[in-house]
This record gives sequence, structure tokens and C-alpha cells, in this order.
Amino acid sequence: MATNNFNIEKRKYILGAAVLLVLIVYTSRLFDLQVLSDEYKSKADSNAFYKKTIYPARGLMYDRKGRLLVYNQPAYDITFIPREIKKVDTLELCKALNITREEFDNRMKSIRKSRGYSSYTEQPFMTRLSSEEFAPFREKMYRFPGFYISKRSIRQYTYGAAGVLFGDIGEVSQKKIDKDPYYTRGDYIGIQGLEASYEEVLRGVKGTEMLLRDAYGRIQGNYMNGAFDTLPITGKNLTLGLDIELQQLGEELLKNKIGSIVAIEPSTGEILCMVSSPSYDPRLLTGRQRGENHKILSQDKLKPLMNRAVMGTYPPGSTFKTSQALTFLQEGIITSNTHFPCHGGFRYNKFKLGCHAHGSPLSLFPAIATSCNAYFCWGLVRMFSSDKYKNVQEAMNIWRDYMVSMGFGYRLGIDIPGEARGMIPNANYYGKHYGNYWNAVTVISISIGQGEVTLTPLQIANLSATIANRGTFITPHLVSSIEGDTLPRIYREPRKTMAERAAYEDIVKGMRQAVLEGTCRGADIPGIEVCGKTGTAQNKGKDHSAFIGFAPMNNPQIAVAVYVENGGFGATYGVPIGALIMEKYLNDTLSVESLEKARSIGEKRIYYGEGER
Amino acid sequence: MERERGSIIQNIDWITIAIYLTLAIMGWFAICGASHSYIESSFLEFLNPEDRSGKQAIWMGISIFIGIILLCFDKRIYKDWAYIIYVFFIIVGIVTIFVSRDIKGSHSWLTIGRFSLQPAEFMKFATTLTLASYMSRYGFDINKKQDLLASIGLFILPMLVIISQRETGSALVYLAFFIVLYREGMSGIVLLTAISSIIYFVVGIRFSDVLINDVGVSMGHYAVLVLIQIFSLAMVKFWCKNDNTFLTLALVNIIGTLGAYWIAVYLISFNIIVFQYLLITFTVIYLLLKIRLAKEKRNLYAALFIIGSLIFYASCDHVMHHVLRDHQRIRIEVLLGLKDDLSNAGYNVHQSKIAIGSGGVTGKGFLKGTQTKLKYVPEQDTDFIFCTIGEEQGFIGSATVLFLFAVFILRIMQLAERQNDRFGRVYGYSLASIFFFHFTINIGMVLGIMPVIGIPLPFFSYGGSSFLGFSILLFSFLRVDADRKQRA
Repeated sequence: MATNNFNIEKRKYILGAAVLLVLIVYTSRLFDLQVLSDEYKSKADSNAFYKKTIYPARGLMYDRKGRLLVYNQPAYDITFIPREIKKVDTLELCKALNITREEFDNRMKSIRKSRGYSSYTEQPFMTRLSSEEFAPFREKMYRFPGFYISKRSIRQYTYGAAGVLFGDIGEVSQKKIDKDPYYTRGDYIGIQGLEASYEEVLRGVKGTEMLLRDAYGRIQGNYMNGAFDTLPITGKNLTLGLDIELQQLGEELLKNKIGSIVAIEPSTGEILCMVSSPSYDPRLLTGRQRGENHKILSQDKLKPLMNRAVMGTYPPGSTFKTSQALTFLQEGIITSNTHFPCHGGFRYNKFKLGCHAHGSPLSLFPAIATSCNAYFCWGLVRMFSSDKYKNVQEAMNIWRDYMVSMGFGYRLGIDIPGEARGMIPNANYYGKHYGNYWNAVTVISISIGQGEVTLTPLQIANLSATIANRGTFITPHLVSSIEGDTLPRIYREPRKTMAERAAYEDIVKGMRQAVLEGTCRGADIPGIEVCGKTGTAQNKGKDHSAFIGFAPMNNPQIAVAVYVENGGFGATYGVPIGALIMEKYLNDTLSVESLEKARSIGEKRIYYGEGER
Repeated sequence: MERERGSIIQNIDWITIAIYLTLAIMGWFAICGASHSYIESSFLEFLNPEDRSGKQAIWMGISIFIGIILLCFDKRIYKDWAYIIYVFFIIVGIVTIFVSRDIKGSHSWLTIGRFSLQPAEFMKFATTLTLASYMSRYGFDINKKQDLLASIGLFILPMLVIISQRETGSALVYLAFFIVLYREGMSGIVLLTAISSIIYFVVGIRFSDVLINDVGVSMGHYAVLVLIQIFSLAMVKFWCKNDNTFLTLALVNIIGTLGAYWIAVYLISFNIIVFQYLLITFTVIYLLLKIRLAKEKRNLYAALFIIGSLIFYASCDHVMHHVLRDHQRIRIEVLLGLKDDLSNAGYNVHQSKIAIGSGGVTGKGFLKGTQTKLKYVPEQDTDFIFCTIGEEQGFIGSATVLFLFAVFILRIMQLAERQNDRFGRVYGYSLASIFFFHFTINIGMVLGIMPVIGIPLPFFSYGGSSFLGFSILLFSFLRVDADRKQRA
């Protein structure tokens, strides 16, 4: 019995050990949860913290005279969580949103079918409602449980012009979200135009509010009284080189026609107007009609959403002769006194390229003024057969280098996306087609801006600006200054072409003569020395009508290029439109006669048939 | 009279009182942390009697006052009044079942005016007192069947009453009295059986669907059979104390098990579970033969243990799928990690682990916890109060609480051991066992080690009845302890 008692007394150690065992096991478990594992900390944060993004206001856009062009406007999205909807009076809802019962049903059906549909998460019901459209809904919102509103900021436009230049904003794509951590689903991002190319400047910096959210999802105020909150930084404003009134005039002039007008301030490379016709009113793409209007515009066969001024490539026609003369002069192939014959055209053995009636033989200035084809063909023949070069291939490539130095054949680098390169052929290009059996006559049409050569209207305008500057140009750009920031270097530093100033002076004289007594007589503006050059580009259909010009001759303020598809002679549309643009810009207004002229040009319609353009 | 009171002050165990007060104050701050939001931070706010922290402060004052009164009673009064108190509270408990309002399915609250009390919390005191009285009776022998059964009956009765009040968690606490019986000499086999049953159940269910590679049998089933072999060998070694029998059986079982496993995995795949049954059958027959031939009667216990184990395991599966209700089965499955049920049964534990885990080493600071403040943890000021400590005081604070509780329980056991009569010892061990059970189950539940059984953490969980109940238990024992020398 005594030993038994002793044995039993030993049990106190077993019990004590059990207590210690629990202590050790629980302490290690605590150590594991609190010290070793980070998992629970982040889970706790995602539980309790609701990081609310405060969106910065997007940067505004002004024109060169300080007129507000693009600004922000509040808009409302109506969303709903399908699970939370109980007994909603559908008819009342339709009435409040001003939609029909049918629209409501269709909308619901398409939402249910859409990718990413979940009955637990917010589904967009209607987006981008204006305050007025949204007001009747807000009053009755309490009657529609499960429906929510979220306020957003959308773009609004003061003027109904320059839509393609501004571009648009829309919800960011998943691809972009993966690439740039700035964005989250549902954010707006610039798509196309200036909104896209200046996205990082315009968007600003998002702010955040650290909010506490309880287990029921209710917000319980700011964490640590806002110590972790950051304020949003407003996007930077842009000032454009654009003169919105000039832009409006341009769009008016090209109404009912397909074409482009590009005007550049030669000394800065700033774009004064860039018209692509048909144009559209950017205000159509705001508000609840956005989706419908966008559909109409994108399905239009005439492609109003395409910016032809930078995306379209055309044969430059006779406007290109200026660049040829510059090359020949610089290379010593001709002087301004060199005469070439022209008897109704260029004849070489059996080859003939027609020309129109004028005196013969003729020197450079009248050749430019009258736009003589033969003169420039002979120039090219002389250059490509010159002893200066080893062979025609070398001559061809030197020619190509001149063209490239003038901004042709490659993208100029304007500050909106989608620019096309155009086409400048080189020796290899012809080698592929003709082997070694080709010469100047084979490629003769390039000397008059036909054949393989194509340029964008922007490149044609830049040619004009380069001549106005006598041999230099600054890469054309739409934005003249960014608030609190400098422009990229390429928009500040001039680029030089391969032709010298002396050669350019001759071209300027020729272009002046064209206005005084040549093909551009219609471009004359009283009291201003205007220089110009027409272009009539052949193509499958009716000729395209083109014009380049600048003014005043000795202190150029504006250089312009006009291109009207199937407009006929350069003098028909190109010259008067170019003159009106220059007059409007230089005089800030149009004379009574000019106003009348502008009205009648605007009313003219060119019929393009039913085909896609 | 004066002299005696002075001696009480001298003889009282101030160490226990100090730990008690420390735990109580920490507990009160934890309740402040759990029931207040960020905005209120003035100290006076905590004492507002409309708030839980204020109410708890009042209850703490009442408890300590009652505790001091208890210290003034004579030890003899406890012994004499034990049965009357016991009967009184059993009756109150039964009455409660019928008069109580339904609160979340439970019928355990007795409302008197503005106060609500849970009689169950005081039944622990009554049961402790009665059990100590009964077991200190002259001629009591725990190895006598009637005495053992009567002792067990004394705490099974209140347990049944509380189960009728639909407070299963609180009822389970009475199982802690088995620890007292063990200390007083009840055969250890009872506890061994209980512990091994739990192990069979957990291992068997947890791994029942996991297959052993290349052999294709249930790992849970196989593991339980191997465990039965190990336990029975241990019994033969330490209980039967016959080295020859043990060596023979150990050799056969170890070589047989390892060999069969090796052959099945590397040579020919066969059902090793069947072989394991053969080994166990051999062990049983061998033990029975030994009883007959060598008169080693103690081997009978080992043989019965093996047979009992097999029957128990076989019925586990049946219980799991046919006896338990759905929500009970899910709770067990979630606990064993078989199911990830974060929205229902697993939600509390998941959130409580997040709250504790996010506290880190030093915690977020008093009133700065986000998970508890924002009500992510349900029952955060009652059953899950330990989360608040874990989140706001971090590892340092919560480990300190664990350590204090362990010291507290060990100190009470030490006091119990120094009693010179059975009454005091049983009383002390009952107290230590109850605290140990609450501590182990409550914190184990919060840490995700134990199943979700709703019982409070002493001195921490909000609730006047439980604080008062624990205080009465403790102070009455301290009074008994203070008297030990005078009666010697």
C-alpha cells in the first residue's frame, strides 16, 4: 500500500508535464502564426483595408490662343449586383433611366452572356450618363436596391472640330494592365490621338485613401486619420499649336470631300491646323449616345475616324517638283539658268510624257511656275546619266538620300500615333523589278511625283515648311507646350536637308512666280507675298488636287499643304483652299469676297461612289 | 477571532492572488480592446457601465468583494454545506431549463431584474465542493467500484443538466474531473484508453482516404493497426512486466510489419492490412496462451485492450457517417483539415488565425487591432478573446498570457499537493483541472488546434457569471489552503 501511494503520488509529475506540454505546443503554434508566417498579415490587410483610389483630373488642352478645347465632365455609371436585386419595379426603373422595357431586357440579356459575369460582383448597366440624364434616377435610387452608381470623369469638347487629333479615352485593356502597374481594371486610358500619345502626361498621379472596412463591408473611416493617404496629382495641361478657328475653317472647306489640310508654323514646326475629311464632331462621342455614334462612325465607308493627314499616302504630284529642283541644283546638275526644251511634253526615243502649253525652251523659274513636266524629266535624265556617279544605281541612291533628308520615306515623328511612312524607292527596289536593265527613263515618273513615290499630306506640308525655312525644319508636332515640362528634344531642334540655302532661294523665287504669273494665280492674297506650287496627281480615278504654299515670302508665318482626293486640277481646290487658310491665319479674318469663296467651296460635293475608301 | 483573521492574511497564498489579479487586469484590457472602436480612447469611456468593459469592471469588483467574504468563512462550513449547495444548484439548473428564454438555442440564462446569470458557472463550484467532501469521507476507496461510480455520478449529473440546457461545451468541462480521479488513484488504463481512442479516431479519419503508394490500401487504416501494435507492446512492457513475452511479441511484430511492408512495396504488391490483422491476432492468441500456461493474468488487460481498440476503430467510421449530425461531422472534418469551409464552421477559426497571425512579434498596440475592431472575428470578446491579445499585444503579449496560465495552474497543483487531507487535495486538483481544461480547449480552438467548443477563457472572456464562478472557486480554495497548518 505504501509503494502504491508513492506510485500514485508520482502522478503529479505526469499531470505537471501535461500542463507544460500544452504550454510548449501552444507557444510554438503562436510562434509559427505570429513570427514565422507572413501570410496572415497580408490576409489581415486585405480583410480590413480598402484602398480607395482617388482619380486625378486629367490634363486639359488649349489651343495656341489659349482657348479651352478639351476638358473634363462628371459622368455616372449605373451598376448592379445581380444577387442583391430583389423586387425591383422594372417599369419604374426604365422610366427613371428613360429607356424602354425592351432595351432593359436586351441589356440584361447581353450582360448575363458577357465574359466575366458574376452574380456577386458589380455589373455595368449603363455608362457615361450626364448629370441631367442621371438626375431622375438618383431621386428614386432608394427604390432600386442592388443598383449602385459610380462617378467618373469623361472628356468634353468646347468645339465640334479636330476630333481625330484629340483621340479618345476608354477603358484600359487587360494587356495594358499587365504591362503597366499604374492601371487597374476599369481605368480610363487615352486611345488614339493626343490622348494616347500624351497619356502619361495627361493622366496625372492617382491618390489613395486607406479606408477601414468591417466584416460587413461597411466603411469605418480613414486608417490612422489619413496618415497613409496620398493626394492625387492633377494631370498636366497641354497647349496645342493648333488654331481652332483655322481648324474649323479647314473642316468647313473640305466638307463633302475627302482630303487633308495641314498647316505648319515654319519657324517652330507647330501644326496650325490638321484637317482630315470627312471629319466628325467629337461631342458625338460623349454621353450615353457614345456607343451608338461610335458604331455609326466606325462603319462609315468614308472612314471619318481615320486621320488621313498622317495615315493616308498619296502621290504628291507636281508639288514634288520642288524637291527635284532642289536636288538637281545642289548636285550641280542644273543651275537656275539651265534651259530644257518642252514641245508638248517629254520625248525620249519612243517614250513620251505629255505636258501642257507654254513657251520652250524654258529655265527653272518658269518651269516651276508653269509646272513643266519635261523640265524635271530632263533633270532626272541628266542626273541619272551624269559622270559624277559610278552608275545609275549610285545616282538613284543619292537621289533617295536627298528625299529622305527632306522627311520623305520614313515617319516624320509627329506626336500622334498611326503615322504612315509613305514610299521613296531606292536602287534595290528597281533592281528587284528590272535587274540591271533600267535607267532614268524607266523611273521617270518619280521626277514629277508620280509612280512609286507616295507621301502623307503631313510630309507634303513639311516640304512646304522646309522651303519656307530655306532648308531646315523642326519635326512637325501638335503640342506646343506641356505645363511644367519641356517638349522632347526632337520638337525643339531643327533638322537640315541635304540642299543648301542658295538652292532653296531659287525654289522660293519659282514658287513666287507661280503665284504671280503661273499655275497658282488664285493663291494671291492682296498685300501678302504668297509662294505656292500646285499639284495634279494622276491616279486610277479623277486626278487628285494638291497645293503647297507659304506666306509671307520673306518672313514665313504659315506653310500649308492641301490635298483633295479626285478634286481635279491643283488650281481647282488646292489653290483656293490653301489661299483661304493662309489668309485666315495671317489676317485673323477673311475678307468679304473670301468668305463668299469659302462658302461656295464648302458647298461643293465630290461624288466618290459606293466603294470603301 | 482577531488573531485568526490575522493568521489568514499571513497564510493566504499571495502568489496565486497576484497571478489572479494580473490575469484579471490583462483580461479587462483585452475586453476594452475587443469592444471599443478606434475613436473612443478616453480612459473613462472604458468604465462606462453601458459598455461591456464597464460592465465587466463592475462584475470584477463584485467578484473580488465576494472573494474576500469567502476568505472569512471557516473551512468547516464548506465541508458541512457542500451537499446542500450541490442539491441547490442542481435544482436551480433544472429550473433554468424550463424558465430560461431561448438565446441562440441555449436555455442556460436565468434573468433576475437587470442581471442575467448562468447557473452552470456556479455548478462547477458546487460539484467541486461535493466531490471533495465525498472523496474525503472516511473509508473512501477509489478502487472500490461503488465509490468510483458514485464519484463519477457526482459530476455526470450536473453534466447532464447542462447538456439539457443545450450548452454542450460547458458540459464537457466536467470531463476534467477524471483528471482528479486519476490523481486520486483511479487506474491509469482508463485515461490511456481515452487518449488512445482519440488518437485512433483522429489518425483513422484524417488519413482514411489517403492511399499508400504502390500498395493501394488506406493509410489511415494501416496506421491505426500499427498504432494498436505499438500501444499493446508498450502495455506488455510496462504493465505486464514480463520481458520474455515482450521480447517475443516485439520481435514477431517488428520483423513481420517491416518485412511485409518491404515485400509489398518492392517485390509483390499484396494487401498488407490483412497481414497486419494476422500479426495482431497472433499477439492476442499468444497473450491468452500465456495467461493459461504461465498464469500471467495481467496479460488479459493487454489482450482486452487490443480487442477493444479494434472494435472502437471499426465503429469510428460508422459513427462518423451515420451517428453524427451533418454540422458536427463538418466541424470535425474542418478541424482535421479534410475540408476548407471558410464560410461556415471554418470561418471563425480562419478569421481568428488571421487576427492572431497579423499581430506579429510585438502586436499592433492597444486599441489598434484592425481585425478585432472591424468585427472580423465573431465572439471576439467572449470565446475568441485571445484573438484580441494576439493581434494587439503580439507574440510577446500572448505568450506571456500562456505562460501565466501555466504557472497559475501549476501553482494551484502545488498548493493542492501540500494539503494534508484529501478534501483540500481533491478541491485543489478539481480547480486546477477545470482551469486546465478551459485553457487547453479555448486557446486550442482559437489557434485552430482544437475543435470549436464554446467555452470561455477564465478571467479574459466577457461575462459576469463566469468571472464570478471562477473567482468563487479560487477564493474558496485559498481559504481552505490558508487553514492547512491550523488543522494539522
